[in-house]
Amino acid sequence: MIEINAVAKSPSNGRSKFLQRFIRHRLALLGGLVLLVLFVACFGAPIFAPFPKNQQDLLLGPLPPSLEHLLGTDDLGRDYFTEILYAGQISLLLALSVALVSTAIGVLVGVLAGYKGGWVDNVFMRITDLFLVVPAIALLALALQGLGHSPFSIVVVLSLLGWTYIARVVRGQVLSLREREFIDAARVIGAKDRHIIWTHVLPNLGGVIAVNVALAVASAIIVESTLSFLGFGVQPPETSWGNMLSQASGLIGTSKVYLLYFPGLFILIAVLAVNFVGDGLRDALDPRSGSGNSQGRKHR
Amino acid sequence: MFAYAFRRLLYSLPVLVFGSFLLFWSVRTTFDPLTKLRTIRDPEVIIRETQRLGLDQGIPVQYWRWLSGFVTGDWGVSSRTSGSVRPMIESALSVTLELLLWGLLFAVVLAVILGVWSAVRQYSISDYALTGVSYVGLALPAFWFGLILIQVLAVWPQQLFGWDEPLFFFIGLTSAGEEPTFIDTARHLVLPVLTLTVGLVATWSRFARASMLDALSSDYVRTARAKGVPRRQVVINHALRNSWGPLVTVVSIDAALLVGGLLVTEQVFSIPGMGRLFLDSLLAGDAFVLLPWMLIIGIAVIVLNLVADIAYGLLDPRVRV
Repeated sequence: MIEINAVAKSPSNGRSKFLQRFIRHRLALLGGLVLLVLFVACFGAPIFAPFPKNQQDLLLGPLPPSLEHLLGTDDLGRDYFTEILYAGQISLLLALSVALVSTAIGVLVGVLAGYKGGWVDNVFMRITDLFLVVPAIALLALALQGLGHSPFSIVVVLSLLGWTYIARVVRGQVLSLREREFIDAARVIGAKDRHIIWTHVLPNLGGVIAVNVALAVASAIIVESTLSFLGFGVQPPETSWGNMLSQASGLIGTSKVYLLYFPGLFILIAVLAVNFVGDGLRDALDPRSGSGNSQGRKHR
Repeated sequence: MFAYAFRRLLYSLPVLVFGSFLLFWSVRTTFDPLTKLRTIRDPEVIIRETQRLGLDQGIPVQYWRWLSGFVTGDWGVSSRTSGSVRPMIESALSVTLELLLWGLLFAVVLAVILGVWSAVRQYSISDYALTGVSYVGLALPAFWFGLILIQVLAVWPQQLFGWDEPLFFFIGLTSAGEEPTFIDTARHLVLPVLTLTVGLVATWSRFARASMLDALSSDYVRTARAKGVPRRQVVINHALRNSWGPLVTVVSIDAALLVGGLLVTEQVFSIPGMGRLFLDSLLAGDAFVLLPWMLIIGIAVIVLNLVADIAYGLLDPRVRV
């Protein structure tokens, strides 16, 4: 009965598994494409934006979306689409820097803790315990209030508080790598620790690192926008998607509520695209990981 | 199992003490507790207050004084409102707990229903649809979702039908000047609870799905099916009962995340809870509120983790020793 069941089920099951993998990779492809377009549009804004940055037209005032102003105009008569593209420069740049810096710190700590073990490992585990107890957003807001809100300090604070997740993952990987034969072999022929880490351990972590950078970008975009909304992130006159939303949040119930939709949509699309790319990377590197959903949920 | 939970509690105590010391140190060096008095420009007053609060002593001494005050119930005076800190935190905590409990209940129930639904219908259209929705739920900034909810569920219907008041309220948790009724509270809670839980439902339902799929493919489920136990009964009595464990763990790990969600939710809906208290105090540089706040939250997270450990043991007898 069991076997009959299995046989009867297998073709459709196999096909849908294939279908699932296919769809997932198509999604990763789509995500990559969307990201590319976003990056080109935002950083090429001087070329692609329909209007110059910060061009005000007080007589025009706020207009709903139209053919001339795709996403409408704000109170000062600025073209909202143009403003969003320029704000995207800061949002994307911040997210990317945070992802790279925090991953670098996390990999360094994770490799050291996993490879050395002993007290290094103990200290590291206690620190990550600490981070699990205190809510990240509260800590970030506290630190930013103390250090000021320049984009540089935002990157520093977000990175310094965001490395624990990747460090845990890397540590786990290194712990299992350390026991493998090729590491033993290298040690037997007299390779130094530094050499083993650079030429044997790190290259094997490439996949994990790539996936984490993607997921870290996603979470950094959301965290940055949340902090900006709460008033601790990017400050005007500099604009990011988060503080555009923050400025539009008072417009609920008015005729200008359309200003609230678009920056959020850009955040949503960017984060979705990055998550798809991250999932695609993970699947490509480890097909067994299967039906997991993106885990870009460190903060928030 | 209880021994394990107890050991974890013991481990977390030094973490808490060390963490609160770091916090105390950073808050003390960042914020000036005498900001308000500095405007008086009377050096006498400043010196007197500095000595009264013990600010001229070293940080460790100050920390010890503060900690012993905290333990004995003397939490100091807020420099923002000049009121006693303890009643402020107590009233904020009671508001937040109401929001938190409803949110937790809603998120867990919905996540389990969605997860079981998806797992039972793996690779069906509704499974794919729910996967898609959970992707979006994870990618949404919660505060934006809350604002959109206000516009779509409260403002639009009101404008459309010309009601006197919106169907769902979006300011505070009670109507001013009215005796709180169940209906009234519910109308206040719907939007904040949705905002608080959108990301959690998205992740937890994925975990519930994965853990159900695990259980559904196990031998005892196959045996039960082979014996002719009805499918519904197998899903609920056999598979679901065994997939609670991992979910409880994830819920406890996300406890700190939940507090972050509170900050955002309470800001969007003007709810006078712990989140608002934190933001207001932070913007005013009110160290006397920030320190106990952090410690209370830290303790709350640790207690929640402990409860989850015990719940795990109750739900899954295999880990009980």
